[in-house]
Amino acid sequence: MAVPALAFERVTCAFADRGGHGRYTAVKDTSFAIGAGEFVSLVGPTGCGKTTLLNVAAGLLAPSSGRVLVDGVALEDINTRAGYMFQSEALMPWRSALANVTAGLEFRGTPPVETRARASEWLARVGLTGFETRYPHQLSGGMRKRVALAQTLILDPEILLMDEPFSALDIQTRQLMENELLELWAADRKSVLFITHDLEEAISLSDRVIVLSAGPQTHPIGEFAIDLPRPRDVAEIRLSPRFVELHEAIWRVMKSEVLKSYAQSRK
Amino acid sequence: MRKAASESTLSRTRLWFYQALLVAALFAFWYLMTEPILFSEASARNTAFFFGRPLGVLKVVVEWFASGKIYPHLAITLWETLLAFAIGSVLGLAIGLWLALSPTASALAEPYITALNAMPRVILAPIFAVWFGLGVLSKVALGVTLVFFIVFFNVYQGVKEVSPVVLANARMLGASKHQLLRHIYLPSATSWVFSSLHTSVGMAFVGAVVGEYLGSAKGVGYLILQAEGVFDINTVIAGILVLTMFALLLDFAVTRIEARLLVWRPKVAETEQL
Repeated sequence: MAVPALAFERVTCAFADRGGHGRYTAVKDTSFAIGAGEFVSLVGPTGCGKTTLLNVAAGLLAPSSGRVLVDGVALEDINTRAGYMFQSEALMPWRSALANVTAGLEFRGTPPVETRARASEWLARVGLTGFETRYPHQLSGGMRKRVALAQTLILDPEILLMDEPFSALDIQTRQLMENELLELWAADRKSVLFITHDLEEAISLSDRVIVLSAGPQTHPIGEFAIDLPRPRDVAEIRLSPRFVELHEAIWRVMKSEVLKSYAQSRK
Repeated sequence: MRKAASESTLSRTRLWFYQALLVAALFAFWYLMTEPILFSEASARNTAFFFGRPLGVLKVVVEWFASGKIYPHLAITLWETLLAFAIGSVLGLAIGLWLALSPTASALAEPYITALNAMPRVILAPIFAVWFGLGVLSKVALGVTLVFFIVFFNVYQGVKEVSPVVLANARMLGASKHQLLRHIYLPSATSWVFSSLHTSVGMAFVGAVVGEYLGSAKGVGYLILQAEGVFDINTVIAGILVLTMFALLLDFAVTRIEARLLVWRPKVAETEQL
């Protein structure tokens, strides 16, 4: 079998409790892998440690035990092969849209002329030509997400980590962005680890959906291959009978966890 | 909404009118109390000894500007203000960044920073006069101690409040430690410095004038000190008026600079001008 692009090996993440005594184990003994060019979604109830897992994959957070392998090599520092799209605003507010997109290339020391040309090209690809000089606060939420997407993709990462990137958008914009993401992904097949609490989003985008248990001590409890044909339109595919079947099957596994998480939040 | 807007502009011109009226009334009252109109010649002169006479003050101001005698003094005060502001800001920025990014240094220095900030630093003026003489340097030193802490605390705060997501994003984009400092911490911190620009320029000005007042050979503070020595209240008040106007001009300039430097900052309910 080929070496997976990204693999979690018995990853456990424990944090010191806020009081100082005791520990909170967010993620426990989690192992799974993402093949090269595969689009995998992690779904689970809110607060189950999905973001923790993504931060571990990004190298922003060292696991308490276990390890992450990138192309078979253990991750020690920041994962330089990965691009990360954050859930909340991550653009530099003091940089214009164009300057935000150029940032990554600038950090790598690419000559400014080339940097600007490539950034303009990427802004055009995400449909933001003419907005180069705007600052993030002058853009709408959807536009900011597009800038963030261009900012990440311009570096051509092999692995794309996405943390509920579209959760703050309204449903129409969201479906547009999802379709755009699928198109960009289809063009050069990166390995994607996509986090969401929205099961429909997970099914319509992914090759595989992994269901996580409710926290604490989150671990995978189910795995489903999504055999829907590509290319897909996220709005249309939701109506296909196979989609409904898959949704039902996954929801059966997820439901008890969602209820558990809900019960915990009411304590 | 439209109606409310026009109403508020109307009340604004009215407000200006009343504000002007208030100043005029104040001057009229001052005039009546210090000229022999309501009171006897002797009692009016007595009041004028303590409070000066508006026409006398005006005469001094006009004469200062007509003869050009005031300009070298204003220039010195401005120069001291600018130097104090620049040096205090750079020091505050550098040390603020350093302490905010180094937990050990910050833990070590914290009680001393608090103590230095709590100290009434104007009291250092005589020491600075001994160290740096009666020239520009001692005033700049005093201004620096005042500006430094404002900038320092703002930078410290600014660095501590850098969004962790923006920071993580920059790291994922491949920023080295040095690049994080330059592209994330520094812009974030300078934005806080700019937002405290009014206070720090004001403090630099206070430092310059107080320093001059406590011992100098030039500057508007020196003019006031000289006049006070011979009980020339008109000149003292003229000096205060000139300083106030000057401070207002400085503040206006700062507002203009601020608007240019912080274009990226969201304003409340900003709409695009078409």
